[in-house]
Amino acid sequence: MESSPPNSGVEFELRLYVAGHTPKSLSALTNLQRICENHLAGQYRIEVIDLLKTPQLAAGDQILAVPTLVRRLPEPIKKIIGDLSNEERVLVGLDVQPVRV
Amino acid sequence: MTDVTPRAESGIRKTPTGISGLDEITLGGLPSGRPTLVCGAAGCGKTMVATEFIVRGATQFDEPGVFMMFEEKASDLTVNVRSLGFDLDRLVAEKKVVLDHVHIERSEIEETGEYDLEGLFVRLGYAVDSIGAKRVVLDTVEALFAGLPNHAVLRAELRRLFAWLRDRGLTAIITGERGDGSAITRYGLEEYVADCVILLDQRIHEQLSTRRLRVLKYRGSPHGTNEYPFLIGPQGLSVLPITSLRLDHGAPVERLSTGIARLDELLGGAGVYRGSSLLVSGSPGTGKSSIAAAFMEAACKRGERALLFAYEESPAQILRNMRSVGVDLQPWIGQGLLQIHASRPTLHGLEQHLVLMHEAVRGFGPAVVAVDPISNLSLDRGELEVKPMLMRLIDFLKQQQITTLFTSLTIGNDATSSPEDSQVGVSSLMDTWLLLRNVEFNGERNRTIYVLKSRGTAHSNQVREFVLSDRGIELVDVYLGSDRVLTGTARVSQENQERAAAALRAQDHERRLRQVAGRRRALEAQIAALQAEIAFEADEVTEATALETAQAEATAKSAEQMAARRGAQRSASRKGEGRP
Repeated sequence: MESSPPNSGVEFELRLYVAGHTPKSLSALTNLQRICENHLAGQYRIEVIDLLKTPQLAAGDQILAVPTLVRRLPEPIKKIIGDLSNEERVLVGLDVQPVRV
Repeated sequence: MTDVTPRAESGIRKTPTGISGLDEITLGGLPSGRPTLVCGAAGCGKTMVATEFIVRGATQFDEPGVFMMFEEKASDLTVNVRSLGFDLDRLVAEKKVVLDHVHIERSEIEETGEYDLEGLFVRLGYAVDSIGAKRVVLDTVEALFAGLPNHAVLRAELRRLFAWLRDRGLTAIITGERGDGSAITRYGLEEYVADCVILLDQRIHEQLSTRRLRVLKYRGSPHGTNEYPFLIGPQGLSVLPITSLRLDHGAPVERLSTGIARLDELLGGAGVYRGSSLLVSGSPGTGKSSIAAAFMEAACKRGERALLFAYEESPAQILRNMRSVGVDLQPWIGQGLLQIHASRPTLHGLEQHLVLMHEAVRGFGPAVVAVDPISNLSLDRGELEVKPMLMRLIDFLKQQQITTLFTSLTIGNDATSSPEDSQVGVSSLMDTWLLLRNVEFNGERNRTIYVLKSRGTAHSNQVREFVLSDRGIELVDVYLGSDRVLTGTARVSQENQERAAAALRAQDHERRLRQVAGRRRALEAQIAALQAEIAFEADEVTEATALETAQAEATAKSAEQMAARRGAQRSASRKGEGRP
């Protein structure tokens, strides 16, 4: 479940933690992909981790809530919890200047 | 509430915590497969209770445990509990314990849209499955309220979490911060964890702090409802349970010497019963500590272990001072038969002292224990508090059949108040009560001792004088005159007077005897003389009679002869005449 932009030069390394294919996790992924395409085209990498399959990874990033989006790069690490339905807040959380379309 | 062991008919399975005392109060432990809420203010020992629950489970009951902490780091906890002898690192390496630090930093988190805490469930579930845990601790789950902005979600998820714990059959301790006012916890955790609630509390009284524990609620099981003091000691947590729910300790008939022969005599000739409690009370300087020392020495001489809790003097001072009254305790310490625990009473609260005593007694296993003095322990405490605590101590010691001597300083020992008054509170707990009093008379103070009560022995009602000298401790009969009791030099002088008077009387008596004897001898001499006279007189009479008879015969004879002669002449002239 990895989707990388066609051209390299990745600035944003994002990791989305979900627990199974729940509506919340699906909508989080959809929202994330949309936001990234709109505002970070070509600069991001998304890794989706399903905690039901790899529960041992939960402790590493201090995951409690799901879905949780972790911005691993650029540092510092930032976390956004929720289904990412509020685009504005996701951008604030990711510290990304919105691109005016 | 008579059985301390879990019973089948109580309907609820229990998981022993292994925390000494807590399992007695809860009659077997925490409810198995259910969450228990442990709450209290900061510094009450919540984390300690939780940690010991996990450690004891892993080490004693073969129940691995997961400790999920929300405030402390795992490394901090490991260091903190190492002082209690808990080696969490080893338990983690042996896969008996999993430590998981759940850290949530509000400033790092942006919230957008819906979420749940499935991540927490996943982590907990994974940790539980990785070691097959039976026990879970969440310490303190309330930290999440500060980390997560959406409390509605959090509450819903906590409710789900506790249900999940129940479904998984995990025995869990959830710690919670004490709320203000009447709230049990600040965020109302008790709403979700309704099976068992334990309150911890730390109180300061007269600058001394005491931790207390109370089982607020235990669904489906009886439990002790009182507040129980507890201590975080070198061996972990120790809750002082009320051991006196029942009075069922045995009553041995064996008697022990008090170490003072005459005192044993006062106590029916054989001393005190093994396992009984002896109170020695008296005003300052009446020799209470000396009696305690003699008691200790006697036990050591029998080869028994003796434990002395001293709250006034240091061990060195005790040894020196007791040597001055001929009691040398040093060798017994060397042989390991005697231990002296000396501390200032103000070092701990009363409860803490008693918990420490429990531990010392458990550790040393003495046959005889002395506490010198208990009155210092109860410094500034109301009788209401002191009595139950002493009751617990005495019951504990009695159940171990340990003979105990308590000394107690009486206050207000003057003319207006009887010394008995100041001890009424604790005396009813004691089997034997010796009272030491100073008697001031004739320019000196002297010690007296008597047995105020002694259960089950025919004890003397006599007052004895109590003499401390370098030869040891002795009891001397006091002089009981017709109108007063004399002790000390007054007694000695009175005794001397009596001796002199007695000697005088004896001399007088002998003189009288001699006089009588002399008179008697004189009379006897007189009697002898008179008898001799009588005999002489009798002889005279006999002789006179004999003479008289002889004369009479002689006269008669001569008359006859004369007559015969004349008759012959007359018959010659006249025939038949002259016949008498």
